[in-house]
Amino acid sequence: MSGLESLYQQVILDHSREKHGFGLREGEAASSHQLNPTCGDELTLQVHLSEDGATINDVAWEGAGCSISMASASLLSDLAAGMPVADAPARIALFRELMRSKGAGVADDEPLGDAAVLEGVSRYIARVKCAMLAWVALEDSLAQLP
Amino acid sequence: MTVQTLPLDDTAVRRIRSDFPELGALVNGKPLVYLDSGATSLKPTNVLDAERWFAENFTAAVHRGAHTLAAEATEQFERARESVAAFVGADADEIVWTSNATEGLNLVAYAIGNATAGRGGAASAQFRLEPGDEIVVTESEHHANLIPWQELAARTGAVVRAIPVDDSGQVTLEAAAEVIGERTRIVAIAHVSNVTAAIAPVDGLVRLARAVGAFVVLDACQSVPHMPVDLHALDVDFAVFSGHKMLAPTGIGVLYGRRDLLNALPPFLTGGSMITTVTLESAEYLPAPQRFEAGTQRISQAIALAAACDYLSVVGLDRIAAHEHELGARLVDGLQQIDGVRLLGPTDAVARTGLAAFDLEGVHAHDAGQFLDDRGIAVRVGHHCAQPLHRRFGMTASTRASTYLYNTTDDVDAFLDALSGVRSFFGVSA
Ligand SMILES: Cc1ncc(COP(=O)(O)O)c(C=O)c1O
Repeated sequence: MSGLESLYQQVILDHSREKHGFGLREGEAASSHQLNPTCGDELTLQVHLSEDGATINDVAWEGAGCSISMASASLLSDLAAGMPVADAPARIALFRELMRSKGAGVADDEPLGDAAVLEGVSRYIARVKCAMLAWVALEDSLAQLP
Repeated sequence: MTVQTLPLDDTAVRRIRSDFPELGALVNGKPLVYLDSGATSLKPTNVLDAERWFAENFTAAVHRGAHTLAAEATEQFERARESVAAFVGADADEIVWTSNATEGLNLVAYAIGNATAGRGGAASAQFRLEPGDEIVVTESEHHANLIPWQELAARTGAVVRAIPVDDSGQVTLEAAAEVIGERTRIVAIAHVSNVTAAIAPVDGLVRLARAVGAFVVLDACQSVPHMPVDLHALDVDFAVFSGHKMLAPTGIGVLYGRRDLLNALPPFLTGGSMITTVTLESAEYLPAPQRFEAGTQRISQAIALAAACDYLSVVGLDRIAAHEHELGARLVDGLQQIDGVRLLGPTDAVARTGLAAFDLEGVHAHDAGQFLDDRGIAVRVGHHCAQPLHRRFGMTASTRASTYLYNTTDDVDAFLDALSGVRSFFGVSA
């Protein structure tokens, strides 16, 4: 696979178009707006929790940006649905580690599910911010929870 | 602009290319196709050599000290000022060294703010702003020629007003006449837009400004490197440009100001090398340009900028302009034949220089730029420091290809060829 094809794998291009979780709605437990000032990518993400507050029912989001930022938000939305709130910080940290790995990957990317296909982004330093946008929005949302 | 000069022929461009070491480089295994000179240009060996020659032979702070090296360094530094002044049709004492165009614009804005605060005595009264006075820009300005004026307005109670551009991104005199009026004190405009490539009708804008007694500040970042510019003939009051966009290193730029105005303007940065007498209470300032050059200066960069001006002059700015005009027309023609391309800026080749920014329907600029980079083609993606203009066009980002004297028609064709494969790669078209 050429560098470009490992960056833009078919799964990623599909997610960038399908945008799982796209569409904000009322009733969120917390939300965050993130902006990437170098390219103008923009994203608002909401966390919707279970009644007892222990589980992420789903994350909903809206935004506009490059295929990497859109696909990453979509993949995050798939991953986060049904995830215990307590597990989320470690997953976000693992994803950040993957993005900063400069192509080396991480020992175990299993907990990231399909989002691990974004590994190719870590070879393109200028694009890491694009991939992180939704994850930073989730991190920021969770930090607001009581 | 009418272009009659013969453009550079293939042999001339080949000779020019051999002067630029980076043009031999491989990027992602492919020969570099550099189409980002609008952001910053490549540097020829004579410029790199000049900077090195100076650093190896003349270590000294200029305008300070009396040893031989200091005297020689000062002489070289002032000779560089003369070269750069001649390059833009100005006199040496009208040329102030800055770090870049951004610093030059901030210098003017802060100095006018200082005048408004009462600094500079009777001579600076002409610059004082009253609440409600107007600073006029255009909708297509680079942030560097917008935000310093917003800040000045916020400090003084003046108001920033923008001349809207038309659908092709051009500033028309009709639109300008609607905005420039009785309260206008400053008109700050780009000579050439870094997004639309449109050449502003400077003569007409100067006339409108003069009629109401406003100062004209010209952002010449995208004109001075690419076409003959005579600042005296343009009759503007202030102008700025950056060395790194015209074959020189980063860290050096120029503020031009009419002699009488520079000498009436209070300083912005203060400190060493810009004073006559200093007491513990106050200081008296040197005339321009030293008044605006506080602190130890960027000397080897100034020497290198003069070498860059020499290089451009030997090739000939009229020939460079004609060459880029051809490349620009080829870019625009080719872009219009690619499905889904929306050009930002006029399609009329006469009204534009050798760069082109565009939107590619269904593909974000970052993705298009990544695809091109994979083929060794360097372009700029993003808002190019012109968010209001992109908003006017209903987008947040675009892709920009910009040419210079060392680019060939092959560069343009390689770019167009690669670009025509972008939408199908991203699955937007068959
Ligand atoms: C039209 C225009 N104005 C101002 C600038 C600012 O130049 P610099 O960043 O070198 O100060 C640029 C380049 O970025 C430009 O293209």
